[in-house]
Amino acid sequence: MDNSNTTVPEKKKNIVELKNITVRFDGETILDDLSLSIGDGEFVTLLGSSGCGKTTTLRLIAGFLEPDEGEVFFDSKSMNGVPAYKREVNTIFQRYALFPNYNVFENIAYGLRVRHVPEAEIKERVQEMLTLVNLEGFGKRPITKLSGGQQQRVAIARALVLKPKVLLLDEPLAALDLKLRKDMQQELKNIQKALGITFVFVTHDQEEALSMSDTVVVMNEGKIQQIGSPIDIYNEPENAFVADFIGESNILDGVMKADYRASFSGKTFDCLDSGFAPNEPVDVVVRPEDVDIVTPDKGMLQGIVTSVTFLGVHFEIIVDIGGFKWMIQTTDEHHEGEEVGLFIEPDAIHVMKKSKYSGQFGDYSSFSDEMDTMSVIEDEEDE
Amino acid sequence: MKKKTLGQQLLGAPYVVWAALFVIVPLIIVVYYAFTDAGGNFTMDNIAKLSEYKEVFWLSIEYSFIATVICLLVSYPFAYLMSRKRESTQRIMMMLVMLPMWMNLLIRTYSWMNILERNGLINNFLALFGVEPLKMIGTPGAVIFGMIYNYIPYMILPIYTVMSKIDVSVLEAAEDLGSNGFSKLRRIILPMSMPGVVSGFTMVFVPSVSTFYISQKLGGKIMLIGDAIEKQIQSLYNYNLGAALSLVLMVMILICMALMKKFAGDSNDGLIM
Repeated sequence: MDNSNTTVPEKKKNIVELKNITVRFDGETILDDLSLSIGDGEFVTLLGSSGCGKTTTLRLIAGFLEPDEGEVFFDSKSMNGVPAYKREVNTIFQRYALFPNYNVFENIAYGLRVRHVPEAEIKERVQEMLTLVNLEGFGKRPITKLSGGQQQRVAIARALVLKPKVLLLDEPLAALDLKLRKDMQQELKNIQKALGITFVFVTHDQEEALSMSDTVVVMNEGKIQQIGSPIDIYNEPENAFVADFIGESNILDGVMKADYRASFSGKTFDCLDSGFAPNEPVDVVVRPEDVDIVTPDKGMLQGIVTSVTFLGVHFEIIVDIGGFKWMIQTTDEHHEGEEVGLFIEPDAIHVMKKSKYSGQFGDYSSFSDEMDTMSVIEDEEDE
Repeated sequence: MKKKTLGQQLLGAPYVVWAALFVIVPLIIVVYYAFTDAGGNFTMDNIAKLSEYKEVFWLSIEYSFIATVICLLVSYPFAYLMSRKRESTQRIMMMLVMLPMWMNLLIRTYSWMNILERNGLINNFLALFGVEPLKMIGTPGAVIFGMIYNYIPYMILPIYTVMSKIDVSVLEAAEDLGSNGFSKLRRIILPMSMPGVVSGFTMVFVPSVSTFYISQKLGGKIMLIGDAIEKQIQSLYNYNLGAALSLVLMVMILICMALMKKFAGDSNDGLIM
């Protein structure tokens, strides 16, 4: 399916708009005719793996980069040719990019000093920010004496003190450990709600994207694959790429026999999807947690358990059905070699149009693409 | 603090011996000569005579200060640009900076003598167009030029080193927060590169102020403090006055370095990251 539904349902006025943006670098297309609208006060996440163009999109909005084609609008004004220092957006950089020659107070005060704000007001606003990010009393600390989490907070305060309408965050939590990251996710979300400003957040972590955002923009190869709420993105993936990237999914090659009748793995199932041509080839997604393991005679499909992994909350069970490895998540224990049946409810089946990503994902013979290609010697290495 | 093992202490031994023999002992000898006469008796005469060399001292300081400042003005933007280039380009530029340093100072200075002479390369070239020969050799300009030419790599290298440690994203952050080019330079680049400027300044000023070869070959009758010392020792065999001159020069340099260090100390925190 193409990117025809790249517009979010109209809620508020759009604060940032990207129209038909193309960016090339060294002959390589980084962003390919990308259009995106971001509503005022929204928490938007650009999600994708490295090289998908998400950071480029952010740098485009910040003004560190000019598009080769297309236009960036801010509050309906074209930003093409407007340098970064004149734009009303602020950025939180991946490695914070704090100024090592200044202490905490002066780092936060930087933007105000550049704007020649009166000293008394600077003091007041910096104090306000120190309170907001829970760093009261840290003003005089050199930033080299701060922990990663504290540096992160200084970076947030430094950007927010200027009261930007849009805050851009470039993988801001990537350098923090897991627990601190969860706390900071919560804190960022709270700050965003409290200040009511627009956040454009870049991450490769799908869990982070789903838990924080109002809107998730899934990107790959310089194109937007899907835009939607976290729930929509998870439940109604647009194509095989999105289904594979967000969460775990079994993606099967299928045919839509008729409305509400999908056929895959040699059987025909009831489902909730309609509107496809009769006998149209489709991709079918079944999430691992939506499959029940039953005895072979009660199952719609029969197969053999090939691997069982205990993950604490549940077991991850791989079942071989006619050569296709299904992943199933269940709290019931099963054993390798056991013959089982799978039971799938109609609402667990999600049917997608065929796309260029069809057939690339979905089988659990291995978990990563790298595993598939790791033992393949490439010619380049011989040079 | 963990105590160093005997083995670790022994690692430093060769240099300690070296320093004692070739730094500490000669220093003591210089001090001894400076405060004695030819007969080896204690005297303050040598120090008293130094007042005759006041002008020479000032001239040395003036010329080397001018040379150092010009070096700084040329090197600073160059080092900045170099640090922002691609890595392969940086390596080539670095090569070009270092290349003259691989040749001996005397040879380099001799070549400039040939170039700047009355019948030298430049004047011969100008003569083709009927221009009267210019007097270049034997002028203060030639001496200062010689200092700049010989010592400029020592200015570029330390500044480049600190510049290349400034992360691009720090500069982008400054821009993001509203700094244009000039404000970025004043508030971020200058303070962060100060340690490099200080060590570059020291590394050019100190050898310039004590040079004697450059002024002899390119300066004609111009006498700097280095020449004065050389003359006392090489032609007049007055080791005592030569030692006194050296001692004062050394003290001057030490004061200069201490001042520089104070500057560097103030901004050193910035160098840690």
